[in-house]
Amino acid sequence: MADSKTPLLDQLETGPWPSFVKEIKKMAPEKPAAQDLLGQLEVSYEEKKGHWKHGGIVGVMGYGGGVIGRYSDIPEKFPNVAEFHTIRLNQPSGWFYNTKALRTICDLWEKHGSGLTNLHGSTGDIVLLGTTTEELQPTFDEFSEQGFDLGGSGSDLRTPSCCCGMARCEFSCFDTMDLCHNLTNAFQDELHRPMWPYKFKIKISGCPNDCVAAIARSDFAIIGTWKDDLQIDQEGVREYVKNGLDIEDLVIDRCPTGALSWDGNELKLEGKECVRCMHCINVMPKALRPGKEKGASILIGGKATILQSAFLGWVLVPFMEINKDNDYEEIKDLLDKIWEWWDENGKVRERVGETICRLGMRNFLRAVELDPIPQMVFRPRANPYVFWWPEEVK
Amino acid sequence: MPMIEVNGQQIEVDEDGFLVNTDQWSEEAAKYFAKEEGIDELTEDHWKVINYLRDYFFQFGIAPMIRKLCKETGFSLKQIYQLFPTGPAKGACKIAGLPKPTGCV
Repeated sequence: MADSKTPLLDQLETGPWPSFVKEIKKMAPEKPAAQDLLGQLEVSYEEKKGHWKHGGIVGVMGYGGGVIGRYSDIPEKFPNVAEFHTIRLNQPSGWFYNTKALRTICDLWEKHGSGLTNLHGSTGDIVLLGTTTEELQPTFDEFSEQGFDLGGSGSDLRTPSCCCGMARCEFSCFDTMDLCHNLTNAFQDELHRPMWPYKFKIKISGCPNDCVAAIARSDFAIIGTWKDDLQIDQEGVREYVKNGLDIEDLVIDRCPTGALSWDGNELKLEGKECVRCMHCINVMPKALRPGKEKGASILIGGKATILQSAFLGWVLVPFMEINKDNDYEEIKDLLDKIWEWWDENGKVRERVGETICRLGMRNFLRAVELDPIPQMVFRPRANPYVFWWPEEVK
Repeated sequence: MPMIEVNGQQIEVDEDGFLVNTDQWSEEAAKYFAKEEGIDELTEDHWKVINYLRDYFFQFGIAPMIRKLCKETGFSLKQIYQLFPTGPAKGACKIAGLPKPTGCV
């Protein structure tokens, strides 16, 4: 029996926030893996370093991703976490569950794994935390039978995720959940069988509030927007003002482009000036709505620091219609073109944003058949080192 | 580290069953690994992939990218998975005796 005294971790059971130590301890009487995980974590707290070995390659038949192998580097002390692999399970769009689905997940995971989970991993997957190599295939088989599939890992399309969208948000400019589900199904191969230079993430937000942080954490961000003017219910606006909203200070003065004015009775919008930042709508949701011609902006390149510094996605398509009726053909076409170019030109472990930076937007845009437009840049270049295509020079 | 026995020779592998020393690879070892990866018999097509991986690795010191592997061997990714059900990294690279793929897997 491993040392079960965990004085450092025990301190984290105090205080008002829900304690993860309590969660693990709850599982420990039933699951030796949870017990040993606590033990190893306590050692890590004492020594201030991790005790997992480098890497790990495990998986299930037919897939190249979805399981993250992990081994303890002190297995003699904690034999029950000697193998402690993580399984990523594709979440339902928007993380909507019924209790039957959750009970199924719990039952299967209690049977095959440590009983510990992460709801959810930051990409969106249900994370089943800790099992042995031997259990992987049977776990996968049983989840499959119940209608659950693995998510992505490695150099593949990672599990797409979306905000709750039209399920419960009046701001949403299209059906994020349907699009997320559709793309996940359309690109199963790309998701399960890593084939690219590096990972590729898609995230879908229904409006520019970007509640899944698509701009920062996905290579391909689909962010809802609209083309015409926002819808104003003047009576509703007056109601807000009557109820004490300081509209000048909280709305008019805070509009980033000064597109709004208030004459004491009516809210006026200079439609062409509006950059659809959502602020006025957020402040007065009962009076203001996104416009009627809805669609999405596509941003490319968002990623974390390694190697070329962190990128926020930048505009690739300012406005794209999001068409459920044609099975989202425009988005899929664009994705196919991007993947083809990136897979051909990207170096090992080069995110698409970095490939674009290395080879230039002009090469990228030509490959994906888009014209350069002002909306793609914050400001024009500040140096004169311009390349020309041979055919442009006389 | 665990040891496996192939043709009377002791070979060291890691927890994931990858060869620790690339020089300990042999055709017999490849056959042994193939069984672990759900392959009953290594056909000519399997060897084409294995030999390509080994040649590339010894020339460049890394495993080739998947697109390169498919282009040079003429197999689509689907065919690669038909040959190696656990995929090019866990399946083919292990059988070919290449070091374990690393990074954000």
